[in-house]
Amino acid sequence: MAVDTDTVRRIAMLARLNVPEDELDGLAGELNKILDWMDLLNGADTDGVAPMTAVKPMPLRQRADAVTEGGIAEDLVANAPEAAGAFFAVPKVIE
Amino acid sequence: MADNALTDLTIAEARERLDRGEVSARELAEAHIAAIEGARALNAFVTETPERAIADAEASDARRRRGESGALEGIPLGIKDLFCTEGVMSTAASGILDGFVPTYESTVSANLFAAGAVMLGKLNLDEFAMGSSNETSHFGPVENPWRRQGDNRALVPGGSSGGSGAAVAGRLCLGATGTDTGGSIRQPAAFCGVVGAKPTYGRCSRWGIVAFASSLDQAGPMARSVRDTALMLGAMAGFDPKDSTSVDIDVPDFEATLEDGVAGLKVGIPAEYSLDETPDDIRALWDEGIAWLRDAGAEPVEVSLPHTAFALPAYHLIAPAEASSNLARYDGVRYGQRVEGEDLIDTYARTRGAGFGAEVRRRILIGTYALSAGYYDAYYLKAQKVRTLVARDFERAFESCDFLLTPTCPSDAFAIGEKSDDPIAMYLNDVLTVPASLAGLPAMSVPAGLSGGGLPLGLQIVARAFDEETMFRAARAIEKAAAFDARPEPRG
Amino acid sequence: MSLIEGRSGAWETVIGLEVHAQVVSESKLFSGASTAFGGEANAQVSLVDAAMPGMLPVVNEYCVEQAVRTGLGLGAEINPVSVFDRKNYFYPDLPQGYQISQYSQPIVGRGAVEIALEDGTQRTVRILRLHLEQDAGKSLHDRDPRRTWVDLNRAGVALMEIVTEPDMRSPDEAAAFMAKLRTILRYLGTCDGNMQEGSLRADVNVSVRRPGGALGTRCEIKNLNSIRFIRQAAAYEAGRQVEIIEGGGSIEQETRLFDTDRGVTRPMRTKEEEHDYRYFPDPDLLPLELTRDYVDRIAADLPELPDAKKARFVRELGLSDEDAEVLVADRDNAEYFEAVAEGRDAKAAANWVIHDLFGALNRSGLAIGEAPVGAAHLGGLIDLIAAGTISGRIAKDVFQAMFETGRDARSIVEERGLEQVSDTGEIEAVVDGILAEREDMVAEYRSGKTKLLGFFVGQAMKATGGKANPKTVNEILRAKLDS
Repeated sequence: MAVDTDTVRRIAMLARLNVPEDELDGLAGELNKILDWMDLLNGADTDGVAPMTAVKPMPLRQRADAVTEGGIAEDLVANAPEAAGAFFAVPKVIE
Repeated sequence: MADNALTDLTIAEARERLDRGEVSARELAEAHIAAIEGARALNAFVTETPERAIADAEASDARRRRGESGALEGIPLGIKDLFCTEGVMSTAASGILDGFVPTYESTVSANLFAAGAVMLGKLNLDEFAMGSSNETSHFGPVENPWRRQGDNRALVPGGSSGGSGAAVAGRLCLGATGTDTGGSIRQPAAFCGVVGAKPTYGRCSRWGIVAFASSLDQAGPMARSVRDTALMLGAMAGFDPKDSTSVDIDVPDFEATLEDGVAGLKVGIPAEYSLDETPDDIRALWDEGIAWLRDAGAEPVEVSLPHTAFALPAYHLIAPAEASSNLARYDGVRYGQRVEGEDLIDTYARTRGAGFGAEVRRRILIGTYALSAGYYDAYYLKAQKVRTLVARDFERAFESCDFLLTPTCPSDAFAIGEKSDDPIAMYLNDVLTVPASLAGLPAMSVPAGLSGGGLPLGLQIVARAFDEETMFRAARAIEKAAAFDARPEPRG
Repeated sequence: MSLIEGRSGAWETVIGLEVHAQVVSESKLFSGASTAFGGEANAQVSLVDAAMPGMLPVVNEYCVEQAVRTGLGLGAEINPVSVFDRKNYFYPDLPQGYQISQYSQPIVGRGAVEIALEDGTQRTVRILRLHLEQDAGKSLHDRDPRRTWVDLNRAGVALMEIVTEPDMRSPDEAAAFMAKLRTILRYLGTCDGNMQEGSLRADVNVSVRRPGGALGTRCEIKNLNSIRFIRQAAAYEAGRQVEIIEGGGSIEQETRLFDTDRGVTRPMRTKEEEHDYRYFPDPDLLPLELTRDYVDRIAADLPELPDAKKARFVRELGLSDEDAEVLVADRDNAEYFEAVAEGRDAKAAANWVIHDLFGALNRSGLAIGEAPVGAAHLGGLIDLIAAGTISGRIAKDVFQAMFETGRDARSIVEERGLEQVSDTGEIEAVVDGILAEREDMVAEYRSGKTKLLGFFVGQAMKATGGKANPKTVNEILRAKLDS
């Protein structure tokens, strides 16, 4: 399972993580080591085994349809790096 | 001296003295504030909140005068900085959240404060709880108050709840909250010589706790006695309709059954937890623990958990995969730090590249890779199936025993920097704690002895889902027999 | 089926839709914030919607119920177990960095919708699946030259994504499907169908092929928010593809936007292929399990849907196919009609509703809910005709007055003295006068030009201001002329 620097660059882009070019190689090596170790899992026979979804089987709890929250725009933008009134502001997006 | 007497108390002792009016919450708080100031070298706190502590303590004393005492009335606690606390900076020890002040309070911390607890501050941790040594914190590593005999190097407190472990061991608070994803309460508890309990997944609400790996994260208490952790867990736990994974069952009075002993119970000894690399001192302590329990009337039985070897790699796929998604919200748009770039995508990448530390970046990359097109089945899905097998192992084992006894960690505390170059060597710290995390089972570490180097070692109790009562009873039996009273030399 | 005649022969358009329908609910899919349209910026946003650290989703039971109701209305399988997945991507109006959606196990499986085509034939459009997911917030790009502003009021509102098989063969069929789906959703009360406000919008997948040949490469046109745009965009896109292929080129699979001003599609700047959504089950939520009982209870409360209603109108009320089709196309129209028809001549009621009421509403630009003439008033008017109190012709005037004033028929008729004259004496006098005046025509009639009867009737009606009972006028005239 070889991860090369191109793969690291692609994953970093997917994860929106700036990785300096000179770190790509080292990271590829580290990821390969970790992924090789993950290959241990192939030794486990999981045929017909369902993936685990909950510690205690229980139904998904559901909420009543009622408006119980809102009206906290000021709180929400209080921690924002940049706001325009009650809006969050980000560098211009071109669609 | 009077101050030391106050910071040395257990929660249960402090409660008695408060009840008898021999000490006030304010005096307790002041003693701890002084202790914290004197131990800043440990770097256990990200944020100290002395004014808040005094205000909380005064309010507590007033409530007590009115006869309105909660279960933790006036008890000064530290809160791991993974819990969002209203009006107090909450960072997850990450640069990306530096300066973030929540407008809300996590359910667990709110429960503690509703029970009368006093907040001393926010405790350091590995960034986003990712680590086993508390070296990945944006705010610098935490030092373990313990030192190896004949070696003056600073040791790690374990992680991720390293600040909690160090603060409890260093007498900076009577108890602390931790969170445990793969051992993040139990391993630092063992390294610091304190008690740490991870309840069953679903017992404590995750609402308001910065998420690392949602299907594994659980809050739990760290303190200096089993009774204290039982007391704290009683206050922390409870059904929360705001967390879909919170389980709606009653919280028993853990303290009430604490002294019931282990006579007639069967203690399972999992063969697979005996690793080739387990040091002799840890092996010997484990044997001793078995003997203590036998003496207390429990029957040791050999059990097998055949998929143990797969647990750690499965964990290191599931946790980073979930984390890669959980940490996507830290994008510099609504809160936290932003590093402006050429355009939006560049702003995201710079913000996240600069805001996250190396270990967090590494885990995000691993997790992103594991979930990316073409690899989901081979990695994430496979790991979740392995998780089912690990959980089944425990179910089968619990057909022939009531709880398990194992060492908590494969080693004692190591020096800061000693393992930071080798991620896998670091991950191996969690090899004995991760399986119970994958299965969601309650597990705790009790300090039971010292290593050859004079450092604390912990024994781990694992119980059936939602059977924390048995876990605490067994832990109490170990605690009594071990009579662990070693403590780190005060320094600074 | 309508084919495109290219230079090299005929081409068939193949269309599939992915429809996003906003669920009618008070609060959002995973939070207690309001879904109301048009609030102040970020005023309808909870901590969960803003993805503050440590926030967790809890699903809204009514949204689940609405999805099940919709699935049943589309004749679809309801899956006993479905799973909420995370769809991971970065965008400023997606605060979590992922959308909670359903990927491999949706709540609703295969179903079907029947559409009526222009030529009177029916076509079945198969539904592949329906799943629940969160809407995103809104990015405003035009408020500031350098910045995009983000409003999260819509973030987290429940959407149903309804995916069809590529079963439509022309832009008209796509439009007909969308109209029919909208009707069904409105009947069910699960989506208000308001396309202007974005409650209902569609991504349209278009490809072309030789009739009956292998499927061509498709392009997806994103986010069309009117039926007209769906028709226009699909037609433009099919034409564009034919032109490219006939020019020797090939179609590149891509996502396109429809420029509503110019009526053309153009590629989006960000290519869909760059995305790798890394779906995985949301660990904050458990699988959604629905019991047979639960589904049956919702099924039992399902309203009568347009196809069933139309069939009943034809079968039990004797309406024509066309009239029934028009009446059931909108739930409010159908309900109005049923209220008018209750206990009355259904065909007369249908005529009044379709021709007079709809006509008047169209002219005044009103919706049926705003009609000045309520169903009870229109029924009253029809009753007056049936009772012979007013003539059908007078009734048209009365209706006009009712529409203008909002008053009931009887009070207008009484006030204006419009009751029909059936008194034979009074009518005889009028008829006698006319016959005396036009002896020449009486003679013509009697010499065999019997179709002059109509002329005399008209004269009599005119002389009575339209109030004379035409039947009585006829009888009296015949009696006098034929004697």
